Amino acid sequence: MQYMLLIYVDPQTYAGVTEEQLQTEMAEYYAFGPSLRERGIEVSGEGLQGIETATTLRVRDGQALITDGPFAETKEHLGGFYLIDVANLDEAIEVARRIPDVRRGSVEIRPVMVYN
Amino acid sequence: MPATSDAIERALREDTGRVLAILIAAFGDIDLAEDALQEALLVAVERWPAGGLPDNPAAWLVTVARRKAFDRLRRDRTLAEKMPLLADLATDPFDDPAAMDDTPIPDERLKLVFTCCHPALALEARVALTLRLLGGLDTAEIARAFLVATPAMNQRLTRAKAKIRAAGIPYEVPPLTAVPERLDGVLHVLYLIFNEGYAATSGDAHIRADLCAEALRLAATLVDLLDARPELGPQPEAMGLLALLRLHDSRRAARLDAAGDIILLEDQDRRLWNRAAIDAGLSLLDRALALRRPGPYQIQAAIAALHARAATAADTDWQQIAALYDALRRVAPTPVVELNRAVAVGMARGPLAGLAQLQRPELAAALDGYHWYHAAVADFLRRAGYRPEARAAYVRALSLCDNRAEQIFLARRIAETS
Repeated sequence: MQYMLLIYVDPQTYAGVTEEQLQTEMAEYYAFGPSLRERGIEVSGEGLQGIETATTLRVRDGQALITDGPFAETKEHLGGFYLIDVANLDEAIEVARRIPDVRRGSVEIRPVMVYN
Repeated sequence: MPATSDAIERALREDTGRVLAILIAAFGDIDLAEDALQEALLVAVERWPAGGLPDNPAAWLVTVARRKAFDRLRRDRTLAEKMPLLADLATDPFDDPAAMDDTPIPDERLKLVFTCCHPALALEARVALTLRLLGGLDTAEIARAFLVATPAMNQRLTRAKAKIRAAGIPYEVPPLTAVPERLDGVLHVLYLIFNEGYAATSGDAHIRADLCAEALRLAATLVDLLDARPELGPQPEAMGLLALLRLHDSRRAARLDAAGDIILLEDQDRRLWNRAAIDAGLSLLDRALALRRPGPYQIQAAIAALHARAATAADTDWQQIAALYDALRRVAPTPVVELNRAVAVGMARGPLAGLAQLQRPELAAALDGYHWYHAAVADFLRRAGYRPEARAAYVRALSLCDNRAEQIFLARRIAETS
């Protein structure tokens, strides 16, 4: 089954994090991606730029409405994702558990829709 | 040899839980497994009275249910997607009727326990699923036990099963490293089921007692299943929970008077306590404690054990109980544990010591809306001779209480302190 692991983090929680801690975390991420590829379970995965770069689009009655910012103002922002292919939810949880930011924010695990 | 209806009923009660677990694990589909089992049970009820019980009723039921599932899938228009399952069913190891009777069937219930109690399901869904799939209660019975309308309970179960399917919640014992954590969740569900039957005296009393019995049976099954899997390592908390439930349940006959009103522990007729249940609980607790990995259920069982060992209420070792609550609050720091600890301190050192603990501002704030908190305060005030203050606290407790038996108890105390 494919699962989307959506990583949500409150940017406020980065306040007070030292440069050294950030480096350690980045190193964890650099090791994490390849570890998924080695196991052959990663479909894709990316980090996203901050919400200050976000643009939201809605089309109503054929009219495009383009606004600055994310689709909803929440404390935790979508910061990145991994799309993985594993046997079941427990395996997906096991993978999500090792995403460095899960200790600071949350990871939402969503099974991907299967179309026949 | 024709089978009596008693023998048939016993066989069905003992076997359906195991059979359902096997079918669910084999099909990976709860609804298909439930329907197939239902059809197999109909065949059993039709054939067994005249034809006699098969030597291995569980294996018989598995075989018939698999054939029924096979028939159903063959008719099903979604046949194509289920091809792998169909192929699996076609190579049924129980297909040879001669081999069937001496093939021991595997016990798959431990897998199902972890599925039903999966933390990705809402707590109330876990409780309902566990009672339905492992306890064998029907939807209407579960609905009555939780004072919910049957259609609402049905919807809760349907949603839970849909999430299991859609989210890919597995039918597996979790990996070794995850077992202790996930087992905690399982124990919590069983504890809730027992408490629902034990604490609340509203609703259908008969069904409530059934919930206690069901929680006990499930906890005992869980301990047996874990014993059968030594590679998972000993699980003292599972034993601790079973010991705790046995010790609580041993007092059932003494807890309510003829009118159904509550009798407090200190006023209970201890001759009504079930000695066999106490002995079973105590020896299980000893086994758990010997493993030297204490946890909240073992500590609570140790507290219950001290009550069980006291010949009279006056013999209760409250010092030791207060010390155990100290240990409990280190591993489970909740306001209710603090409340119980304060009560134990008061019983050990006198009502004023208890009041001092209860009236700590943070505890008073946390439990202001909880009727048992005010009842405990009232009780120490009464023991210390402050009757008007005690009465006021009982009145406050009554105003927060919505359980009938407890309301009657509090009203009686108010009358006594007036």
